[in-house]
Amino acid sequence: MKLLEVQDLQAWYGTTQALFGLNFSLEKGGITTILGANGAGKTTTLRAICQTVKTQGSVVLLGQSVGGFATDKIVRMGVAHVPDGRGTFTGLTVLENLRLGAYTRRDKDAVAQDIERMFARFPRLKERYNQQAGTLSGGEQQMLAISRALMLRPTLLLLDEPSFGLAPLIVQEIFEIMRNINQVDQVSMLLVEQNATLALELADYAYLLETGKVVLSGTAQEIRSDASVRRTYLGY
Amino acid sequence: MDSFLLQVFSGLANGSIYAALGLALVMIYQSTHHINFAQGEMATFATFIAWTLIERGVPYWLAFFITVAIAFVGGLVVQRVFIRPVERAPVLNNVIVFVGLLVIFNAMSGWVFGQTVKAFKSPFPTTSVFLPQYISGHQLGSLGVTLAVLLVVFLFFKYTPIGLAIRAAAQNPDSASLVGIRVSWMLALGWGLASAIGAVAGMMIAPVIFLDPNLMGGILLYGFAAALLGGIDNPWGAVIGGFIVGVLENILGAYVIGTELKLSVALVLIVGKLTLMPHGLFGRKVVTRV
Repeated sequence: MKLLEVQDLQAWYGTTQALFGLNFSLEKGGITTILGANGAGKTTTLRAICQTVKTQGSVVLLGQSVGGFATDKIVRMGVAHVPDGRGTFTGLTVLENLRLGAYTRRDKDAVAQDIERMFARFPRLKERYNQQAGTLSGGEQQMLAISRALMLRPTLLLLDEPSFGLAPLIVQEIFEIMRNINQVDQVSMLLVEQNATLALELADYAYLLETGKVVLSGTAQEIRSDASVRRTYLGY
Repeated sequence: MDSFLLQVFSGLANGSIYAALGLALVMIYQSTHHINFAQGEMATFATFIAWTLIERGVPYWLAFFITVAIAFVGGLVVQRVFIRPVERAPVLNNVIVFVGLLVIFNAMSGWVFGQTVKAFKSPFPTTSVFLPQYISGHQLGSLGVTLAVLLVVFLFFKYTPIGLAIRAAAQNPDSASLVGIRVSWMLALGWGLASAIGAVAGMMIAPVIFLDPNLMGGILLYGFAAALLGGIDNPWGAVIGGFIVGVLENILGAYVIGTELKLSVALVLIVGKLTLMPHGLFGRKVVTRV
C-alpha cells in the first residue's frame, strides 16, 4: 500500500484554480520532493493534502480517502505540516510550541520524553525553552517548526521550503537533521523546495511542477541528470 | 482618612467587576479582533437566571454555580448559532450581529423577567465586627470572588492543554489547525468562558446597583474603559485597567466631579486613551515587516 496516492487533484483559492489535475504518490519511508518555480503550485499541493484549500479529486492516505476531511482529522491520522512561513506560535514559549505539536496525543509520558529528545537534537531550543518563540532567530525557528511537527510522531511529514531565508550553513545543518530523522525515526517526507540542488541530494524521488501540473517525475538521480531540469533549476 | 480609604476600597471592589468584564471582552477580542457589544446584556440575562433560582429557594452558592454553568453553555451556543456564520465576514457584519444580540438579550431580560427593578441578595454579610469601617462585607466578598475567578482563568490558560490550545487558536488559527486543534470550537469555548466570567460580574454588581434589564449598560462602559486602558489585546492589562478605572472613578466622583458625572470618567478615559495612547498601558504595538 502506498502511503499517499493523489489522483486528478485540483485546488482553488476562491475562484482561482491553482492545481490542474495532479497525479503523484509517495512510498512509505521515503523522501519525495516537489520542485518547481514560483507559482507552480508546490505550496498549494501541501495545503491540498491537509485540506486547507478547496480541492477536488482524490487524496488517499494509507488506503483511506481524505477528501473533505477537516484538517484536524488529517493531523490525527499522522500528517504533520511545517507550513509556508514556519507557522510558529510566536507569542508562545518554545516549550508551549512543542506541547502544541503533541496536542492530539494522549500518551503524556511519551510526550515528555519526546520533548527531551527534541532538546537533545536541538540543544539551542533547550537553552531557550522558556523564551517567546518569536524572539528566536530564523534558523532556530525552523528547528522549532520541525520539532513541533515531529512531536506528533507523524507518519508523513510535509515540509514547505525549510531552507527559506536561512544562511547556507544553517540550511546544510537542517537538511542533515532531516536526513537523520528520515533514517532514524522512519518518518516519510514530502519536501517542497526552491533550492533544487539541495532537495535532490536529500530526496529519493522527485516531481517537477509547472503551473499546477506534474510535467516530469522520476528518481532524484534521473531528475538530476535531465538536461532541461539542469538548465532551468540547477543552473549548470 | 477613613472616608478616603472607603472610596479606595469601594473603588477596588467595583474595579474588580470592571476587570472581570474587561477580561471577558479581551478574551473574545484576542481570538476574533471583535468587541462583543452584547457581553453586558448576556451577563444581565444570566444574573436574572440567578435571581430566579434564588427566588425559587435554591441556596445562593448553588444558584451561583448553576448560573455560571448556564452562562458558559449559553455563550457557547450563541457563538455556534449566531457568530459562526459571520466568522469570515467583514467587520461590519459582526458588529451588526453583536448589536442585534445586545438588543435581543436586553429585550428578553425585560420580557421574561419583567422591567421592574429587583433587589438582588448578596451572599456576604453587610457589616461585621471583624471588618474595618471603610469596607463592607459585600465589597470584600465580591473582590475575593472576582480575584478567585481571575486566578482560575489564569491557571486554566497557563497550565491546561485546552487553555494552551485556545491561546494557540487565537494567535495563529492556521497553524493551530495544522497541529490538530479544532479552531472553531476553541472560539466557541472562548465565548463560553467570557460569558461565564460576565455572569459572575453581573451577580457581583447586582446587589450594589439593583437588578433590571439595563443592569450592565453603564458597567459595560467601564469594562470597555478597563480593557482599552490596559491594552485591548492584553488580558492582565485589562484586569489592572479595571482596578485603575474603579478607583479613579470613585475618587474623582467623591472629591472632584461629583457622583452624577462618574460615568463620564469612563468615557473620558476611553477617548483620552484612544487619542493619546492607542496601545494602552500594557498593549503591544503591532509592527509588520513588509
